[in-house]
Amino acid sequence: MKIIILGAGQVGGTLAENLASEANDITVIDSKAERLQQLQDRLDIRTIQGYGSFPHVLKQAGAQDADMLIATTSSDEVNMVACQVAYSCFKTPTKISRVRASAYLNRKELFGPEGFPVDVLISPEQVVTEHITRLIEYPGALQVLDFSRGLARLVAIRATVGGPLVGHELSFLRAHMPRIDTRVAAIFRQDRPIIPQGDTIIEDGDEVFFIAASDHIRAVMSELQPLERPYKRIFIAGGGNIGFRLAQTLESRFNVKIIERGKDRCIDLSENLKRSIVLQGNAADKDLLLEENIEDTDVFCAVTDDDEANIMASLLAKRLGVRKVMTLINNPDYVDLIQGGEIDVAISPQQTTIGSLLTHVRRGDVVNVHSLRRGAAEAIEAIAHGDARSSKVVGLRLDEVPLPQGTTIGAIVRHNEVLVAHDHVRVQPDDHVILFMVDKSRIREVERLFQVGLTFF
Amino acid sequence: MRYAVIAKILGLLMMLFSFTMLPPVLISLIYSDGQVLPFLEGFAINFLLGALLWLPVRHNSQDLRIRDGFLITSLFWIVLSLAGSVPFFLSSVPEMRYIDALFEAFSGLTTTGATVLTGLETLPESILWYRQQLQWFGGIGIIVLAVAILPMLGIGGMQLYRAEVPGPVKDNKLTPRIAETAKALWYIYVGLTVACALSYFAAGMNWFDAVGHSFSTVAIGGFSTYDASIGHFDSRLIEVIGSFFLFLSGVNFALHFLSWRQKSVYHYLKDPEFRFYTAVMLVAVILVVLVLIISRTMDPFTAVTKGMFQVLSIATTAGFTTSDFAAWPGMLPVMLILMAFMGGCANSTGGGMKVIRILLIYRQGSREIRRLLHPNAIIPIKLGNRPVSDRVLQAVWGFFSMYMVVFVLMLLINLAMGMDQVSAWTAVAATITNLGPGLGQVSSTFQDVNDVSKVVGMAAMVLGRLEIFTLLVLFSPEFWRR
Repeated sequence: MKIIILGAGQVGGTLAENLASEANDITVIDSKAERLQQLQDRLDIRTIQGYGSFPHVLKQAGAQDADMLIATTSSDEVNMVACQVAYSCFKTPTKISRVRASAYLNRKELFGPEGFPVDVLISPEQVVTEHITRLIEYPGALQVLDFSRGLARLVAIRATVGGPLVGHELSFLRAHMPRIDTRVAAIFRQDRPIIPQGDTIIEDGDEVFFIAASDHIRAVMSELQPLERPYKRIFIAGGGNIGFRLAQTLESRFNVKIIERGKDRCIDLSENLKRSIVLQGNAADKDLLLEENIEDTDVFCAVTDDDEANIMASLLAKRLGVRKVMTLINNPDYVDLIQGGEIDVAISPQQTTIGSLLTHVRRGDVVNVHSLRRGAAEAIEAIAHGDARSSKVVGLRLDEVPLPQGTTIGAIVRHNEVLVAHDHVRVQPDDHVILFMVDKSRIREVERLFQVGLTFF
Repeated sequence: MRYAVIAKILGLLMMLFSFTMLPPVLISLIYSDGQVLPFLEGFAINFLLGALLWLPVRHNSQDLRIRDGFLITSLFWIVLSLAGSVPFFLSSVPEMRYIDALFEAFSGLTTTGATVLTGLETLPESILWYRQQLQWFGGIGIIVLAVAILPMLGIGGMQLYRAEVPGPVKDNKLTPRIAETAKALWYIYVGLTVACALSYFAAGMNWFDAVGHSFSTVAIGGFSTYDASIGHFDSRLIEVIGSFFLFLSGVNFALHFLSWRQKSVYHYLKDPEFRFYTAVMLVAVILVVLVLIISRTMDPFTAVTKGMFQVLSIATTAGFTTSDFAAWPGMLPVMLILMAFMGGCANSTGGGMKVIRILLIYRQGSREIRRLLHPNAIIPIKLGNRPVSDRVLQAVWGFFSMYMVVFVLMLLINLAMGMDQVSAWTAVAATITNLGPGLGQVSSTFQDVNDVSKVVGMAAMVLGRLEIFTLLVLFSPEFWRR
């Protein structure tokens, strides 16, 4: 696939990195030469320096025969105009744009048939906010991913002594909780993947990925960990875009305190938030944290735009007695360094956002992609089209589906009902199949599996 | 100062006002009570005086400035009260000294409802009608004053309601221009009055009483045609109707306008001032009724309607009485008088300091508590999710403190004139909040009060009505400096 990416910033860069490894032709456009240089040094891509929304720059990038344009510059306006240019001048089939300002996002007609020709809108702040919100709804989870509009969820959790299942074989789960249906999709033990079998024994410290219907999630989690009581008091460090959205989403259900350094921004926040307490000060100010009863706080979310500040504030908060700290970390190099130590959950905005973009790059009818473990693993939701003759999966029992190695089917969503994958289930047309891939390099094989053969037409 | 234009406006106003002396003439003819002459004389005197003021300057058309607004607004009430006192003074029954006539006119036009008359039942119908009518015209004047003029002058935080500034209620701007706004409010006011009069009539009053009482109910005035006030009728139904219309008249008229325009009542519930007002009234009614029942002052049924009516009547600053509340047990009399200090909502015909100011002061108090708990927190004062600017909060505090200063000064004068403590403070309270009756010596009439205290009372009524500052600003030397 020929893809043009506008903007070599964090989102654009990570995207290029992810896509380049999947045998796509990538062209990155940015106005800053040094950023392009850095990317080109690492990746096998073409770069063009210039203003991304100018037609001649896009033409130079080969817009006339590109399959997709992804506009990720920091300016909403440039992104939207670039999509318009790609549509008007080059008839580019798929146009994806990052739009952050809610002033634009709230007006649906702007992106309707009469508006900007944007096929997909992505808003990283929105995605990250949703991500953190889900983590807060499921105390103890490392990651919570939605499939089929939230009907089924994939949850990553660290197995801890005290959970009834820890130290037992997986099949014990069925015996222990006959009414709860779940499928363990993968286990990572000391960062090495294990494809779970019925006799696999779960050990303390394993990172377990399981899929279940949304209302069963809590029950399954209680098998793997001593169940945490629900969170009540949330501390948000950083009142930027993400901090504000987070407070806004959470304030009706939780006690939210939000710390922000800038006085004017504080006033802004306090006027726009209803129940949250807005504190002015430094998130790494020990006295301030103590004054606000940091030791009784359930979750501390550090979401400023400064990685180091986030990390320091989180470490301090943890030391002062917060139950869980979640830290937003932009620099991918820090993520591995941090997670699992003092900091409970490291959130990488790129990883979170990239999934929603990858969805549109995949072949076959893939409706959901979640990038996991820094892009090494992936969970996708694909639709099985066609019939037994044209499709390679429809009509087969799940144990007959020729899955590549390292891939498991976690669940099937059929007519809004979640069927956890057991060997005897047969794939029917239009089923949504949720797959988990430990090794992303096999993605092509999976895609091919879900592409419909010629006879379908 | 543009004296010529001011004279022109006041002259015109007096000429217009003189026509309000004609309906009583009609009443006098109908009941043949022999008071035709004083009203005709009043009409002639006021019309001529007005014409004299107006004629020499009628072609002057300078633009007015905000500063002139203070003077005109203050003079408006003072001049009209002077004009309104003429028929009282001229009438043969009752015989009134000029100061009493003036007091009655001030009390009527400011919708206070304090009176110097007794034996109302024996007075000529035309005089009774005229009193009710004064309150009614006072009421519409207040509404226009509150909606159009005070916000423009920015008195005591009322810039909150300034048309071009979004107020606590979204789209508080009624219609674009003052004249249009005044017309819309006029319709609502008349509509409420008609509804009230019909209800009273249906509940058993004769038409004279029904119309008369509807005038003083919707204007939150408190004049009655009987010494026993609403208590004269001794009817539960009338008490309930009265409570209902008093409650409505105590609500921001902009809300009534919106419900009329949008055909919905949803925005009432969204308005923070309305919610606070309703909550306070509800709690007070429950409290009063409980005390009345527990103390066995009256049987439970009577306690409910009389308690409710009395709370609404005093708290909205109407001042009707249905039983001798001054003799109610324990805390009730003082509590009711204190509630009058809150009064009605902004932009209503109610008096007092206005619910919105009390609400803002209360919110600041609770903010202080939160600040002590979270020293670093930034906590804005909000009304319906909209932050209130510091300027408004300061103006509210300024208003509050001036209110108190004026109150204390007048209280001291009354005490100096030899009134007992209860009468002295409630006399000031009853006039400055535009309530009407007080406790002690002034619980039903100001007849026996000394002349100085009557003058103090008149000053208090105008000050209260004009929200203190409009009048007070005239006493600052800077105002007159060029």
